[in-house]
Amino acid sequence: MDPTRRSPSPCSSRTPSPRTPPCGEMLGYVGIEAVLDQLKIKAMKMGFEFNIMVVGQSGLGKSTMVNTLFKSKVWKSTPPGLGGPTPQTLKLQSVTHVIEEKGVKLKLTVTDTPGFGDQINNDKCWDPILGYINEQYERYLQEEILITRRRHIPDTRVHCCVYFVPPTGHCLRPLDIEFLQRLCQAVNVVPVIARADSLTLEERETFRRRIQHNLRTHCIDVYPQKCFDEDVNDKILNSKIRDRIPFAVVGADREHLVNGRCVLGRKTKWGIIEAVENMTHCEFPLHERPADPSHLQDLKDITHNVHYENYRVFRLNQSHVLPRGPGWVNLAPVPASSPVIPRSSKVPGRVQEDSEEKF
Amino acid sequence: MCVATSKPKFQNEELRNLSLSGHVGFDSLPDQLVNKSTSQGFCFNILCVGETGIGKSTLMDTLFNTKFESDPATHNEPGVRLKARSYELQESNVRLKLTIVDTVGFGDQINKDDSYKPIVEYIDAQFEAYLQEELKIKRSLFNYHDTRIHACLYFIAPTGHSLKSLDLVTMKKLDSKVNIIPIIAKADTIAKNELHKFKSKIMSELVSNGVQIYQFPTDEETVAEINATMSVHLPFAVVGSTEEVKIGNKMAKARQYPWGVVQVENENHCDFVKLREMLIRVNMEDLREQTHTRHYELYRRCKLEEMGFKDTDPDSKPFSLQETYEAKRNEFLGELQKKEEEMRQMFVMRVKEKEAELKEAEKELHEKFDLLKRTHQEEKKKVEDKKKELEEEVNNFQKKKAAAQLLQSQAQQSGAQQTKKDKDKKKRWFCSR
Repeated sequence: MDPTRRSPSPCSSRTPSPRTPPCGEMLGYVGIEAVLDQLKIKAMKMGFEFNIMVVGQSGLGKSTMVNTLFKSKVWKSTPPGLGGPTPQTLKLQSVTHVIEEKGVKLKLTVTDTPGFGDQINNDKCWDPILGYINEQYERYLQEEILITRRRHIPDTRVHCCVYFVPPTGHCLRPLDIEFLQRLCQAVNVVPVIARADSLTLEERETFRRRIQHNLRTHCIDVYPQKCFDEDVNDKILNSKIRDRIPFAVVGADREHLVNGRCVLGRKTKWGIIEAVENMTHCEFPLHERPADPSHLQDLKDITHNVHYENYRVFRLNQSHVLPRGPGWVNLAPVPASSPVIPRSSKVPGRVQEDSEEKF
Repeated sequence: MCVATSKPKFQNEELRNLSLSGHVGFDSLPDQLVNKSTSQGFCFNILCVGETGIGKSTLMDTLFNTKFESDPATHNEPGVRLKARSYELQESNVRLKLTIVDTVGFGDQINKDDSYKPIVEYIDAQFEAYLQEELKIKRSLFNYHDTRIHACLYFIAPTGHSLKSLDLVTMKKLDSKVNIIPIIAKADTIAKNELHKFKSKIMSELVSNGVQIYQFPTDEETVAEINATMSVHLPFAVVGSTEEVKIGNKMAKARQYPWGVVQVENENHCDFVKLREMLIRVNMEDLREQTHTRHYELYRRCKLEEMGFKDTDPDSKPFSLQETYEAKRNEFLGELQKKEEEMRQMFVMRVKEKEAELKEAEKELHEKFDLLKRTHQEEKKKVEDKKKELEEEVNNFQKKKAAAQLLQSQAQQSGAQQTKKDKDKKKRWFCSR
């Protein structure tokens, strides 16, 4: 990890103190920076949570991808029963694991969406997914507004949604565009080109440019969002990442011998595609940095400070039509499709303080 | 890679422990968290409660190695008031927004019954501000300047005997609202053997009166040991000084007396170093967390319950906050309407009354007018009659006058004739002679 790299966060750094404070020059060492260690110890003791959702048609390598990402058998990658009937509705499946690395405990929840885009008529196939995302926000909100709250509210909100684009080589399909448009307003979306080993490098580049163009035309704001760049450093780093979106990934969970090294890869008749180590074969390491470990905290922050707050505003404004909800497990019917939330509230630093309406 | 210990079930899903086959990289998560906090900066607010002149400002200066500008307070304040000042300190890459709140005039009044009230009100006001922000619909909690008091340093006067009743009362009122750390101020006035007795007396008094002071956390292996050893020395006997005295061949913060030098950072002389360790270097984060998760939550719970919100109703079916709010709002609106109705009715009634009054007055006026008219008529008639009489008289008079004049003129004529006749007569007489 690059220690000098600061994770971009949407929170603005300082607010002016109530009075003009004199900047004290301290004449000696006080020990304030020990608070950082205290923070670290506390964080490690509590553990971290991260929820990731993978969306894409079946056969694009979602489960394999997740296994590769977390270097463990998160999912058994099962081929869908080809002879059996495809499920009529989209059923989301979640699996939770606790993984530990160097004393840091991470509770990882992966939600899969089997059957997405598999039907003949895929109209409104995003509704169950949006419903699931909103349901998690609702859960958190219900916990937050209790009178006697828990010390630590369990966070099941989806922090990152990885969208697998099939490698057609042309451009985004209408289904992709529809889905991405709706989802970007509710959750952090990271699009990836799935099964990138079926595209040559040039094809990959053209495909990528076209997708970027599509995204811009339809105003789809994927992670890292431009509006949250805090300073010049962030802009530079993030624009480098944005240049490479969507990342082309190859998932592999078998190990092969290449040049005497044992690497994860896919073996074909014409060569071995190295899934992780080799940058030209698969953009996994680059993908790894922005979408995963270094940016985990940032993803969580944006989810908490932006998406969740948007949901909360919408929900509280709607409270007068809320039917009685008997507890937080049996929720009142949440609108399946997420409402078109005004984009103006997306940037947290510029949230208007005019509505002082208390709920 | 190591396998994690099993965790309790999360909902109905199995929580499996996975073994990692390679380096994933999320062990940098704590660092990311720390980086985020560093860029945001930290807030820390200390409340200093103690009598005037007990050394609060000096101690703050010594603790943070800075000269915070302040003038010493006078002793004739009419009441206790709180003065808050904020400073921005920076050490390596950590920025700290420090707010120091002073109780000015504490213990100076003759009647100290209400001394604790401004302090409690101030603390509650900070909680209230945070609660308001949290309850807003469009809120921005992540860049909210947190003004809640994280630690309260209570300065005990070094009498050597026991706690004053003012101290006990004040601490009792504050212990459920803030983390109290009692310290003995100006500890260089107490001898060593007295100090030990004084400390145990204070602690036993606190316990017997049920005052809950801040307990240094002992559940974390890294800090449990140091916290446990330090807790034994509570309350810390401190000496503050910003002046430096040459000791040996270095300069150190100390107080110079004719009989010796009291070094602030010498652990044999006072507990200043322990206080600094506990307050800043070891437990600052824990103080902040306790304030947020314990004291603030307690305040929030009480406040919301006071406003009438509940989590479950008598049928033990949980309410939703919005719903209760809705019900309250309707109730309020209903009341408002009722009041409006009442006011309207009262207004109508008043208007009627006034109208009746006015009508009465009008009638009276009419009557008066009629009366006046009649009177006027009568007077007029009288006057006319009188006028007629007068005219008649005048006529009579004129007639008489005319008659009189006539007579007079006749008389004159005849007189003149008579005179002439007389004259003639006389002449003839004379002539006849």
